Amino acid sequence: MRREFKLPDVGEGLTEAEIVRWHVKPGDAVKVNQIVVEIETAKSIVELPIPWTGVVADLMAEEGQTVDVGVPIIAVDTDEAAPSGGTASAPRGAALADDMVPAPPAEGAVEPGVHGSPAPKEERQAVLVGYGVKTGAAKRRPRKHPPTSPGTAAGPARLAVLAKPPVRKLAKDLGVDLTMIKGTGPQGSITRDDVHAAAGAVRAAQAVPEPVEAVRQAAPGVREERIPVKGVRKMTAQAMVASAFTAPHVTEFLQVDATATMDAVRRLREMPDFAGLKVSPLLLVAKAVLVAARRHPMINSVWDEQAQEIVVKHYVNLGIAAATPRGLIVPNIKDAHALSLPELARALNELTETARAGKTQPAEMSGGTFTITNVGVFGVDTGTPIINPGESAILAFGQVRDMPWVVDGELAVRKVTTLALSFDHRLIDGELGSLFLRDVGAMLEDPLRMLAWA
Amino acid sequence: MTDASRGADAPPELVQLLTPEGERVEHPDYDIDLTPEEVRSLYRDLVLVRRVDLEAVALQRHGELGIWASLLGQEAAQIGSGRALTDADMAFPTYREHGVAWCRGVDPVKLLGLFRGVNHGGWDPAEHNFHLYTIVIGSQNLHAVGYAMGIQRDGTNSAAIVYFGDGASSQGDVNESFVWASVFNAPIVFFCQNNQWAISEPIEKQSRIPLYRRAAGFGFPGIRVDGNDVFACLAVTRKALEDARSGQGPTLIEAFTYRMGAHTTTDDPTRYRVASELEAWKLKDPIERVKSYLFKNELADQAFFDSIDAEAEDLGADLRKRCTEMPDPDPMEIFEHVYALPHSLIEEERKAFAAYLEGFQS
Repeated sequence: MRREFKLPDVGEGLTEAEIVRWHVKPGDAVKVNQIVVEIETAKSIVELPIPWTGVVADLMAEEGQTVDVGVPIIAVDTDEAAPSGGTASAPRGAALADDMVPAPPAEGAVEPGVHGSPAPKEERQAVLVGYGVKTGAAKRRPRKHPPTSPGTAAGPARLAVLAKPPVRKLAKDLGVDLTMIKGTGPQGSITRDDVHAAAGAVRAAQAVPEPVEAVRQAAPGVREERIPVKGVRKMTAQAMVASAFTAPHVTEFLQVDATATMDAVRRLREMPDFAGLKVSPLLLVAKAVLVAARRHPMINSVWDEQAQEIVVKHYVNLGIAAATPRGLIVPNIKDAHALSLPELARALNELTETARAGKTQPAEMSGGTFTITNVGVFGVDTGTPIINPGESAILAFGQVRDMPWVVDGELAVRKVTTLALSFDHRLIDGELGSLFLRDVGAMLEDPLRMLAWA
Repeated sequence: MTDASRGADAPPELVQLLTPEGERVEHPDYDIDLTPEEVRSLYRDLVLVRRVDLEAVALQRHGELGIWASLLGQEAAQIGSGRALTDADMAFPTYREHGVAWCRGVDPVKLLGLFRGVNHGGWDPAEHNFHLYTIVIGSQNLHAVGYAMGIQRDGTNSAAIVYFGDGASSQGDVNESFVWASVFNAPIVFFCQNNQWAISEPIEKQSRIPLYRRAAGFGFPGIRVDGNDVFACLAVTRKALEDARSGQGPTLIEAFTYRMGAHTTTDDPTRYRVASELEAWKLKDPIERVKSYLFKNELADQAFFDSIDAEAEDLGADLRKRCTEMPDPDPMEIFEHVYALPHSLIEEERKAFAAYLEGFQS
């Protein structure tokens, strides 16, 4: 018989999850507890096992799609026989979800909601701590008689605003005055939705246009679109604001003749040690940064505001900013300072592949000490990068292109690139930043210096 | 100490009778003499309990349980200490003691009820001398010491054992329980499974000294045992229980182990610990070393291991089936276990609630 597996609540009170990757396709045989799909919730990436043995009949959600808990995501033809007569013994998950949906009223029965309670909506109720339940979604059977509890005619006059502490916090954060809101919750209490609605009204009055990040095919007549901020976009925004407004940024630029570096890259590619590895100019930039960081350890340190100390790190966890389908992420290569050049090449390859596949784990993104952002891949010369929080400097590596350049008093066509270094001026002075940037540039102009200084 | 090597070097004070490689070693103060049959039976318990745990995690992922706290990696600490108990001893668990429950004869499906939301416990503590799971961190220590003081006053030949974790060791309740147990010389064993992580908080943030040494400050002995060594856990717990029963007072046992899975199914450990740490502990797996010992000493053959694996599979399938068949509770059951004896207020409320339910069309 055909069974449909509904997206379970794998956390406590989660309402939705994104399908990250299917491990099976229609026609595949599956066994009980075999992992069939990876999903990403607000809390983590989780692998889901299938509860039956059989053959996959249908995948009912696509990778990248966000699915509500309780919605079927995969159908399996199991070898069990359909039960004779009556209903199939639905799995518990289904039963739970069904319990939340009101049964249609029996013929001639009193309509739900007649005696005061609002008509229930077809909606699953997920209860998150501190959020309370949504009103109006509870299953109510009709009463035989109107409730006759005494003294419910008129409650006492409302003396104070009724709202739970998290709702009060939300209102404060959004600048909403609770006394100006009419509550729709139990006993007229103010709910999160009420606050959001009030905040929305305030925003609409101010009419601040919001930038739309991606070029979208707008439907005719649609002049604006609102995209909810969540996931990686939200994290990125928080990190960038935190960094930009705590660390005073200084950015310095240096144009470099990278002809020798490009030659070195070509020759490295031919060496057997790098067989099967992608050797790119980024590899040599990374190596130059590691060598320069050893000569100037303060670049690889961090300001500890709380302790009023500067933490100098004698290891480099080298972050590489990566544009992925899920947004900007910065995984880092742990202990990159201790790697040989082929090892560094391999680590770079793995890091980018993992990032592109969207499989970077949170631990791989934490603990970075210095970041390189390869803006050259976007075809631009340079930028003023924002420091990754927890670090003190970031190097932008621009595109390498043919440019007129003066060599030994003569004009020549050379491979030229631009480096930009942003650093935290609380602990890195202009002198140190300049020395570091000059060193990196010098090594790219003559890669032999990497040997001399390593 | 780097994260990766956390606990990888066995501290000198650790009691160990079976190395991770499955070699039997001697200890001057603790020894154990087990028949081949007993070793095989310990192995069986370890494997079956891991299978129960695995199935429960899968059931949570199927949407059949709301949450589950996995014991993966802590099987030896639980089976070793659980098997040291006599029928008359009383055990007080946290919410992760699935292995101890197994040793106390609690049907594994009964463990699932709480996590499926169909009851508040699922078994009769008096029937198994195994208290209900306690979710609040460390409060069971107070219950256990009170129970132990009761044993003392009854003059019976038994002891209490209470389970808690490294995180709970920072709780006031746990420290109060140490004080009371110490000054009343209560017949109790404090069994702390130090699995290195209190959710995301590492042990370094709980204590500047090894946890077992805290006992000295309260005035009773503390001992650290290799929590992944079922022989050592059995031997050390047996001795501590005997001491308790014979009027020697409490003992703190720190079982040095590792939580190989997530804190619960709601947790994602990759956010706070590095993979190399888990890999280092996998080499010290509590089951592999017993298997290796049995095999190397020719105490069991492949047919034995296969039969245990088959039994584990059957157990998993049976658990899955019976979990989904658990009935929804009757709303009136809420009044059942409030008081041991009839109580007029509860009776009144029961009648009112029944009348309320009666007021709906079915």
